[in-house]
Amino acid sequence: MSETTIGTPSLADPAARRALMAGVTPEPGAAKQDPILKVDKIERRFGGITAVDVEHLEVQRGIITALIGPNGAGKTTFFNLITGFDKPSSAGSGAAWEFDGRSLSKTSASSVAKAGMVRTFQLTKSLNRMTVMDNMMLGAQDQSGENLLKSVFKPLWRGQEKDVEEKAKELLARFKLLEKKDDYAGSLSGGQRKLLEMARALMSDPKMIMLDEPMAGVNPALTQSLLGHIQALRDEGMTVLFVEHDMHVVRHISDWVVVMAEGRVVAEGPADTVMSNQAVIDAYLGAHHDTDLGDDEVLTEGALEQIEAEVRADEAAHEAVDEAKHDQQGDKS
Amino acid sequence: MPVGCLDGRTGLKSRHYVRTVGARAVRKGLVGTMLLGLVLPLLLLVGGSSASAATLCLPKPDETGCISGTVGSRSDPVAGVDVILRDAQGTDIETVTTEADGKFSFTVTEAGDYFVVLDDESLPDGLEQQPPRAAIAGPDGSVKVTANLGSAVSPIVEVRDEDYDAGGDSFTDQIAQSVVNGLRLGLLLALASLGLSLIYGTTGLSNFSHAELVTLGGMVAYGLVNLAGMNLWLGIVATTIVCAAVGYLQDRLLWQPLRRRGLGLTQMMIVTIGLALAAQYAYQYFVGASLQKVVVRDFGTTSFGPVTLTNLSFLAMAVAIVAIGLVGFVLVRTRIGQATRAVSDNPALAAASGIDVDKIIRLVWTAAAGLAGLAGVLYALVISNGIRWDTGMQILLLLFAAVTLGGLGTAFGAFVGSIIIGLVVELAGPLGAPGDLKYAVALAILIVLLLVRPQGILGRAERVG
Amino acid sequence: MDTILDILSAVIREAISPGTAAVAIAVIGLNLHFGYTGLLNFGQSGFMLLGAYGFAISLVHDVPLPLAVLVGLGLAFVFALVLGIPTLQLRGDYLAIVTISAAEIIRFVGRLSNLKDLTGGAQGIQGRTYQPAFVDLSFFGDGAWTLAPFNYTDVADGAGWVRALGGLVFAACIVATVLVGRRLKRAADPTRTAPRTGLDGTLGKVAAVVLVLIGLYALFFAMPVTYGRSGVNGWWVRAVAWTLVALSTLVVYLLVRSPWGRLLRGVREDEDAMRSLGRNVFAVKMQSLVIGGLFGALGGMVYVLASTVQPDALGRQITFFSYTALLLGGAATILGPVLGTVLFFSARILIRESARAYVPDSIMSAQQTEQFSFIVVGVALVLLVIFRPQGILGNKRELRFNV
Repeated sequence: MSETTIGTPSLADPAARRALMAGVTPEPGAAKQDPILKVDKIERRFGGITAVDVEHLEVQRGIITALIGPNGAGKTTFFNLITGFDKPSSAGSGAAWEFDGRSLSKTSASSVAKAGMVRTFQLTKSLNRMTVMDNMMLGAQDQSGENLLKSVFKPLWRGQEKDVEEKAKELLARFKLLEKKDDYAGSLSGGQRKLLEMARALMSDPKMIMLDEPMAGVNPALTQSLLGHIQALRDEGMTVLFVEHDMHVVRHISDWVVVMAEGRVVAEGPADTVMSNQAVIDAYLGAHHDTDLGDDEVLTEGALEQIEAEVRADEAAHEAVDEAKHDQQGDKS
Repeated sequence: MPVGCLDGRTGLKSRHYVRTVGARAVRKGLVGTMLLGLVLPLLLLVGGSSASAATLCLPKPDETGCISGTVGSRSDPVAGVDVILRDAQGTDIETVTTEADGKFSFTVTEAGDYFVVLDDESLPDGLEQQPPRAAIAGPDGSVKVTANLGSAVSPIVEVRDEDYDAGGDSFTDQIAQSVVNGLRLGLLLALASLGLSLIYGTTGLSNFSHAELVTLGGMVAYGLVNLAGMNLWLGIVATTIVCAAVGYLQDRLLWQPLRRRGLGLTQMMIVTIGLALAAQYAYQYFVGASLQKVVVRDFGTTSFGPVTLTNLSFLAMAVAIVAIGLVGFVLVRTRIGQATRAVSDNPALAAASGIDVDKIIRLVWTAAAGLAGLAGVLYALVISNGIRWDTGMQILLLLFAAVTLGGLGTAFGAFVGSIIIGLVVELAGPLGAPGDLKYAVALAILIVLLLVRPQGILGRAERVG
Repeated sequence: MDTILDILSAVIREAISPGTAAVAIAVIGLNLHFGYTGLLNFGQSGFMLLGAYGFAISLVHDVPLPLAVLVGLGLAFVFALVLGIPTLQLRGDYLAIVTISAAEIIRFVGRLSNLKDLTGGAQGIQGRTYQPAFVDLSFFGDGAWTLAPFNYTDVADGAGWVRALGGLVFAACIVATVLVGRRLKRAADPTRTAPRTGLDGTLGKVAAVVLVLIGLYALFFAMPVTYGRSGVNGWWVRAVAWTLVALSTLVVYLLVRSPWGRLLRGVREDEDAMRSLGRNVFAVKMQSLVIGGLFGALGGMVYVLASTVQPDALGRQITFFSYTALLLGGAATILGPVLGTVLFFSARILIRESARAYVPDSIMSAQQTEQFSFIVVGVALVLLVIFRPQGILGNKRELRFNV
């Protein structure tokens, strides 16, 4: 990992993290000590429906922040908006967001990634007809061989190619995918593809990684290892923002939780306290009124299946939104 | 060779007029008569150029050549006009005045380029010389002509109303006629593009062989009505049924198995291209490469004010409106229509809610092919004046333009897009686009629209992406 | 026997004709678009036509040959930009509709009688008005020349068995190349961990190349072809055309094995993923469209070297033939476009000539044999896509993960 991604190493210590966040008032839009991401007045409407309407949000550097909320709360749309995959309807009328001190309001998705905020997708976007290794190599930034004029002269990029390959191998080894490196990404299992996508995102040495439902569709055994990876990233100093349905997972690893419902941020706070927040309970009542939110039973097979089914239904909805967003991009540019 | 050039011009132009512009030319008032009047004698000239020229000027091999022609038309010649002949340097060589038959003739002793121009002063009031096409334009509105010794050439000297461009009656008449022609073309395009749009909506497939179904309609009608002597109306119904059956079989034997195989949409699109190729050459193989008439009989024309159309055109438009209305009714009001729209929206969801998606798609293919066949017969009857192996291919891009313009996959959008494309194509001519370019104008508009509104005019933003 | 030899001779002549080479170059460009980047360019004929017009019109106006080539390429470059800016941000099938429309617009404009002085209208530009500039460059000398110079007529007075032997050697080489190729592919397959026996990568490739060379020599040994050394339709134009094919193949090879080529494939697989990795997808697609389009223009120029610039000859059909050839050879492979094009045109002539020779005129007239061959082409395209979508050289496993 390069210099820039290493934040305060002491944040690997849970106590230090608790101390860091202790001073923050657990209310929507609370100011953080050292925010890496600041968002203001983001609104997104589809037809007459307001999918996202966030007044103000800050994300603390160096910790794991979870973005939770029931189906249709606008979490993925919000993700799309701040990563440049969608444009807010409020663009031009006060919408502004800032990453690591730089404004991203007018930045395309690719520039957002270059700035150091890399995301993954709810529906894994592995490049299926390319090998795992090629997938990884595409994660690395600033490759001189990607310049059209230089590409035909191998000596100009051979050295860098080797370095990138070494790095890719290291990451693949860490995510236990090294022996699959020459397989087509399309031949991997769903969970392996999630891992591959995460590893690929890390190839660019991001300052912040944004994971859209990293556990969706992953079997429970792999869930544990995924959680481990996410925590390890945090311990190395990376900022993690992730969307999740599963409250248990959230409580387990996140240092701070932001709850969205009907497009708004309804609550913020440390994982253990936010669950008892009345607004959160209200938000979830429609969806899981018969489930104890903090109960480990949520992780039983049946409940998982139920949640997964919901996720899948949600995915279909998101796909429609994704399509609309595509079009919107074409429209604007 | 000027004679060759002349030949190309008259042949092309007259076919153009008769086939695509149809009766419009007759009703352009004086201008129309003039133009047509000019074209017809030129046509005759080509056939018997030596005979008609001989009366005025006899070309002798290696000694003299002739430049001769007519001002006005044989039936309506313009007399007393001074016709000036200039040499390549632009100096006047000779001036002749037309007699009652409007004819003029020059004898030249050197081969080379000459320019022919009418003296404006001598033209009757209200008439002016029409500026020649760029290819034959000389200086000062003259017409370039290349004379050879031992042969006669005819410069294309045309006259027209002075208010031709000034928005006078004739121009508005022309626009009115073009609008009606545009609606006619639009309705027939709509008939064909509805199916294209429905297929796209329900299966996501861009069917490049759709135009061959249109051609098939014309071909079947040619076989049934012209060759087998069936009654025209029966023939139209039978053709529609045959084409619908072809659509049914196509889906049954080809598309459904391919969907089951999980063949990608791009691959399926290439399959449609292969089908289109095979079909086009099959038509050539079995029917030949020339234009075949569906009916030989003439049904006469009817005029409403400035607008004249063949009676058959009115009937074709009526049939198209009824058929389109029927499709619209089925889509909006019936259970099958609802199911079709549901499949268009989300096939998985539709299947989950108990709709037999395969059955709906089969129905769509059947209906789409039937409509395309119907469009093919009507198109062959009233627009292309016959059917040829590439009749459909020539309108394929217009169909795609119409469907895309209206919004991919929305049936009503395809209708609106077709009408717009029809109007654009027919209005492009009177509004200044050179004849061959009118199709290109429609395609250019499509490209511009995609820039501004990629989902099409009526497409919902959500559907595209 | 003589009929068969005549047919084979016609097939070989078609296979090495400048027209085949020209389309091969255009297909190489199309492969970059469709095979590697996933761009549905249905307007490759437009690129070809623009290249041909730019080239021929410049030459007619006495522009030096190198400049004329640049004019042709420049037109295609501008065309690619104009086409790409509106459409590359749209969905794939829009690109298909827009490119095919744009190519048709170019054809319509070329046919315009108003532009007759420039483009020759529907009749086009006669070859003799622009070809001399190219033909005069020939340093091949005069007279005729036969490929292969040492052929069956030089052995045992051209006895039938010598010729047959040449044919057998050719057939044997084809079979051997296929076997070696299969083994190479299996060895390269990452999922097979079976021990690699015998041929290892490099050795296998060398063996394949040598086999192909021997096979080609045997072919021309048994079926020698004679043309004028120079002239409008002689060895000179063939040599230049096929050299350009080889160079184009080499350039594409260098491009696609590089990280840039990886970008193309990434865009083909998933544009959003590429955006999330910080890549400018639009720029990548535009580069691909331009480069592939330049190959199209080059193909167009080669196409008219031995014929005329005729707008209708470079219409939609050529694009469709190009797709057939590409899919036949194998999309996203280096040699697929060339192999596919040669086989495509050879097969069509084989069908046509066989039908002409063996089907009585009462059943199929000469005209109909031509049409019959195209019907077979269309049906073959359908069957190919359905039953062997990866073509001859493609990797079936790769296709299984269709997105």
